[in-house]
Amino acid sequence: MDAVAVTDLVVDRGRRRVLPGLTFTVPAGQVTGLLGPSGSGKSTLMRAVVGVQRVTSGSVTVLGAPAGSPGLRHRVGYVTQAPSVYADLTVRENARYFAALYGRSSREADAAVADVGLGDAAGRLVGDLSGGQRGRASLACALVGEPEVLVLDEPTVGLDPVLRVELWERFHALARAGTTLLVSSHVMDEAARCDRLLLLREGALLADTTPAELRADGRSDDLEEAFLNVVRASGREAVR
Amino acid sequence: MSTTTHLSPRLTTTTAVRVLRQLRHDHRTVAMLLVLPSLLLGLLHLLWEDLPAVPGQPGTFDRVGLTMLGVFPFVVMFLVTSIAMLRERTSGTLERLLTTPLSRLDLLLGYGLAFGLAAALQAVVTVTVATTLYDLDVAGSVWLVVLIAVVDAVLGVALGLLASAFARSEFQAVQFMPVIVLPQFFLCGLLVPREQMAGWLQAISDALPLTYAVDALREVGRSAEATGTMWTDVGVVAGAAPLALALAAATLRRRTD
Repeated sequence: MDAVAVTDLVVDRGRRRVLPGLTFTVPAGQVTGLLGPSGSGKSTLMRAVVGVQRVTSGSVTVLGAPAGSPGLRHRVGYVTQAPSVYADLTVRENARYFAALYGRSSREADAAVADVGLGDAAGRLVGDLSGGQRGRASLACALVGEPEVLVLDEPTVGLDPVLRVELWERFHALARAGTTLLVSSHVMDEAARCDRLLLLREGALLADTTPAELRADGRSDDLEEAFLNVVRASGREAVR
Repeated sequence: MSTTTHLSPRLTTTTAVRVLRQLRHDHRTVAMLLVLPSLLLGLLHLLWEDLPAVPGQPGTFDRVGLTMLGVFPFVVMFLVTSIAMLRERTSGTLERLLTTPLSRLDLLLGYGLAFGLAAALQAVVTVTVATTLYDLDVAGSVWLVVLIAVVDAVLGVALGLLASAFARSEFQAVQFMPVIVLPQFFLCGLLVPREQMAGWLQAISDALPLTYAVDALREVGRSAEATGTMWTDVGVVAGAAPLALALAAATLRRRTD
């Protein structure tokens, strides 16, 4: 079953066409990576999936309903690229507020804070935290809602390697429990951790694949190199 | 599936509590909110203290000072709210909130409730200081003055929320204050009595909510009993606030570029 289905999605921002017509699906209960360089349209695509992006044409369906429809707001969680939490509230207060919006208890909020490794910093103002800690506070505010679909825009930027591994383990644990995750990244070493990969370049879908397939298609065990080979191959095709 | 989200008193209250918590962490803002109007009123008191009053007329401070009790909360809450809402926008929290079950009206009413409560506290402090330290003469009940101040503050909040929808930067947001507030202040009848204004200016004055707030305060100032005119005035101001909130909700777009 597909958790997200995108059909002929066109998005213009100002006069610029950011997404020129995308079609793909995201399978339920898996971690799907949205990989591509900065400026390739990843964030725009994610905003369309959570229903805050004005779209020119095409359709985005999440869990069988149009993206952004009221019934989905309990079921879809979104973490923006820049941490979107209140800097003038403590980590705990932030988590408890978002918990309340999703109808969850304060206890569940505190558990979500502990889950992202911020248990010791729960009483500190978000504004006083490091960038990585803020990002995790932002993540906790989405996890607390236990959404069925979790859209994470570059959640591991600026995190130390140990924490990054821990978070990826957590993402997989969530997927095993049935959560669908759409995670964007611009570093290819994270691609290896995804079940499926969507490779985006200049708004176009270069490949809808798996890490194993990408290695085979790109004729390299190194995903970065495989990606480059696929890019070059598609470039040659375009020239022909 | 419904296409609209329903108002939720629980989420409105939760949001108001969150806004008040943010305020509580900012001690200087709280201190300024509570004390600043009293200090400014004190300055006006000193300014007019030794001027002889016209016999049979209320003293200038009694007239202007009382009016200011309605103007201060309006201006302050307008500014505080439009900046707070702009911060929601620039920090990305607004976009995030729009993906949660919180409805747009819940969010706006939450702000109205939070800053309305802050305004009530501010009004109690200012009215107490004005009537005790500065000997401000009010013929009617001081509680009516507090009520009018709070209704005024809520109007300021509502207009601030509406204005913030059109502000793309802090510079713009701050400049909406003179755009929205000063014309209302100039035309409310304090600087020039409304009867002496040119007809078309008076017509504009009739359409501006602050005019009614100032008129309501005058009524409380000169009659011991609450008058019908006063309640009508309060009703107009109290009606303008939800109108502005509804407009603010309508201009708050869920989908943006």
